[in-house]
Amino acid sequence: MGRDEVRVWGGILAVALLGVLFVPFSEWALGVTYDHTLRTVALGGAVLGVVSGVLGSFAVLRRESLIGDALAHAALPGVGVAFLLAGRELSVLLIGAGVASWLGVYVIHLLTSRTRLKQDVAMGVVLAAWFAAGIALLTYIQARPDASQAGLSSFIFGQAAAMVERDVQLISAVGGAAFVVLLAFWKEFKLITFDVEFAAANGFPVVLLRLVLSTLIVVAIVLGLQLAGVILMVGLLIAPGVAARQWTHHLGQMAALAGVMGAFAGGVGAILSAVDRKLPTGPMIVIVAALLVFASLAFAPGRGLVWAMLRQRADQKRYAARHVLADLYKYASDHGGASSGVPDAFVRGVRGGEAPIGLAKLQRDGLIQASGTHWTLTREGIRAAEQAERSGQGGDDGRT
Amino acid sequence: MPSQNGSSPTVALHVEDLTVAYQRKPVLWDVDLDVPAGVLMAVIGPNGAGKTTLIKAVLNLIPRAAGRALFFGQPYEQARSLVGYVPQRGSVDWDFPTSVLDVVMMGLYGRLGWFRRPGRREREAALHALEQVALADLAHRQISQLSGGQQQRVFLARALVQDAQIYFMDEPFAAVDAVTERAIVGILQALRAQGKTVIVVHHDLQTITDYFDWVTLLNVEVVASGPTAATFTPENLRRAYGGRVSFMEHGQAAIATGD
Repeated sequence: MGRDEVRVWGGILAVALLGVLFVPFSEWALGVTYDHTLRTVALGGAVLGVVSGVLGSFAVLRRESLIGDALAHAALPGVGVAFLLAGRELSVLLIGAGVASWLGVYVIHLLTSRTRLKQDVAMGVVLAAWFAAGIALLTYIQARPDASQAGLSSFIFGQAAAMVERDVQLISAVGGAAFVVLLAFWKEFKLITFDVEFAAANGFPVVLLRLVLSTLIVVAIVLGLQLAGVILMVGLLIAPGVAARQWTHHLGQMAALAGVMGAFAGGVGAILSAVDRKLPTGPMIVIVAALLVFASLAFAPGRGLVWAMLRQRADQKRYAARHVLADLYKYASDHGGASSGVPDAFVRGVRGGEAPIGLAKLQRDGLIQASGTHWTLTREGIRAAEQAERSGQGGDDGRT
Repeated sequence: MPSQNGSSPTVALHVEDLTVAYQRKPVLWDVDLDVPAGVLMAVIGPNGAGKTTLIKAVLNLIPRAAGRALFFGQPYEQARSLVGYVPQRGSVDWDFPTSVLDVVMMGLYGRLGWFRRPGRREREAALHALEQVALADLAHRQISQLSGGQQQRVFLARALVQDAQIYFMDEPFAAVDAVTERAIVGILQALRAQGKTVIVVHHDLQTITDYFDWVTLLNVEVVASGPTAATFTPENLRRAYGGRVSFMEHGQAAIATGD
C-alpha cells in the first residue's frame, strides 16, 4: 500500500508543479505576456480542467464517454435558443445548454427503451439532429445585424479569449458545488459505479443516485462549452481520467490525478491558444490532454506499453540465451566434453534468428567465449547449463 | 411444494405467486416456495429456467408481474439487513480501481447510512471476513490482479461482512478450480452451522447430494422443492430438464449430458 500511494501523490504534485512552471516557460519561450486577459484565461482553463477531470473520471469508469460526447453536442441548440431569449449572458446560455443536453439524453433513452433501436444508433441520430439544429440556429444568429452575438460561435470550437473574470467565477462556484455533492455521496457513487446491483439490493436508491451523478457530468460538460467547445469538450472530460487511470489503482487518487491533469491540459491549452487569437481553444486543450494520455499509456508503471515492450525484449533475450546455452552444452558434450568448441555455423543453423540474440547475451554474461569460428562454454557457462538441465525448462528465473 | 415442513418451524423465505415476464414471455410462472431457516439450498434447472431471475425478483432488483416474497415474514424493504447477496462474479468490472479490502467494506455501506465514511470498525470487520475466506493476505491487493476463484471469495467476504440471516448466491461455483470450490463449500456449510439460510444457484448436478441438504428444481415453474434426499430424484430431474439428463440410477447421482 504505502509506497505506491506516496508515489502517486508525488506524481500529482509533479504535474501541478509542471503546470505552474509552464507560466514562466511560456513567457520565456513563446514570448507570452501575462496581461489581465491571459491570466483570466489560464485560470479559467485550469479550474475547468479540475472540474471536468475529476467528474470525468466517473464517466470513464462508467464507460459513458460516448454519452458525454452526445451530451456536449446536444447542448448547442440550447445555447442558440437561450441567446435568442435572453442575450449573451453566460449563466443563461449554460442553463440553455444544460436543458438541451438533458432533452437529448432523454430522447436517446426513450428511443432505446421504446423502440428496437440500439443505443449507438439512437445516440447517432440524436447527436446529429441536435447538433444540426444548433449549427442552423447559430448561423441564423450570426447573420443578424446586432453586434452582441460576437463570440457565440466560440461554443463550437471553444474560444478562450471570450472568457471574462465573471465567467471564471461562475465556473468556480458551480464546479465547487458539484464537488461538494460528489464528496457527500462519494461512497454511494463508488458503489453504484462498481456494482449497481449490489447497491440496489442494499437499498440504495440507485436510479436517483445515477441521475445525480449524470447531472454532475452534465454540469462539467456545460461549464466547459465556452472554453473547449461542444465538439471537443468530451476530450477534456475523458482524457484526464483515462490518463490518470494508468498511474493508480485507487479511485480517490485517480480522481485527484485526473483533476490535476485536467487543470494542466485546460490551463496550458488555453494559454497556447491565446498566443494567437485565431487559434481555437478546444483543439489546443484536447491536444495537450491527448499528449498526457499517450504519455501515460506509454510510461505508467505496470501498465505502460514501453515497460511492457522492454519486458518482452528482456524475456526474448533470456529465452534465446537459455535455448542457445542448452544447444551449445548438448553439442559440446556429444563432441568431446562440455568445454570443447562448438562451430558458430551450427548454432546459427539450429537456432536461426534466436542465435545472434542468445549468443550476444551469453557472451555479455560471461557464460561463453568466442575462439575463432567456435564458441566455448566458460566454467560459469557449464555450471549454468548443468543447472538448467537439472531443473528442467522452467527452472531458472532470470539467472541465465 | 414442500410437504414435510415439520423439520424447521420458521420459514426463512416465503415466495408466493411470483411471476416475471420479459416482453410478455414469462420467465418465471406462478412460483410458490417455502424455504425453512437453516438449510443450504441449491436452485437448479436448465439454462433459461429463471434461476437468476428468481433471485433478482425476490430481491426487488427486477420488476415482477405478480406475486410477493417475504423474508422471515417481512417484505424486503423491512428485511434488508437480514439479507446478503452475492451476484454473479462476471457482473462487475474487475478492472475498477479499488482494493480487495475496499470491495469487502462495500458490504457495510448500506448499514453505514448517508454521509458516513467507513472507518476502523468497518476495516476490521472486512479483514475478519477476508480471514474467513482465507484472503487476508491479499487485503490490499488491487482487484484486477485476482484470479477468478479469488474474485469469487472476495464477493463471498463482502456478503459475510453483511452478517445476514439469509444469503442469496448466484453461481458462486462458476469457473472456479477444485480447491476454491472446496473452500467455498466449507464457508457455506459453516454458515449453515451458524443457523443461517443459504440459497445457491448451482449447475453441477453431481455435487448436489454432497453439498446441499435442500433443493429446488426450477424450469420457469417450480418442479419440486424440498429435502435433497426426497426431492433430488431421477423423476423430478427428468421433469425439470426434459430428456437432457441421463442417470446413474445407483446412489442418486446424476450427470448432465451436453446441451
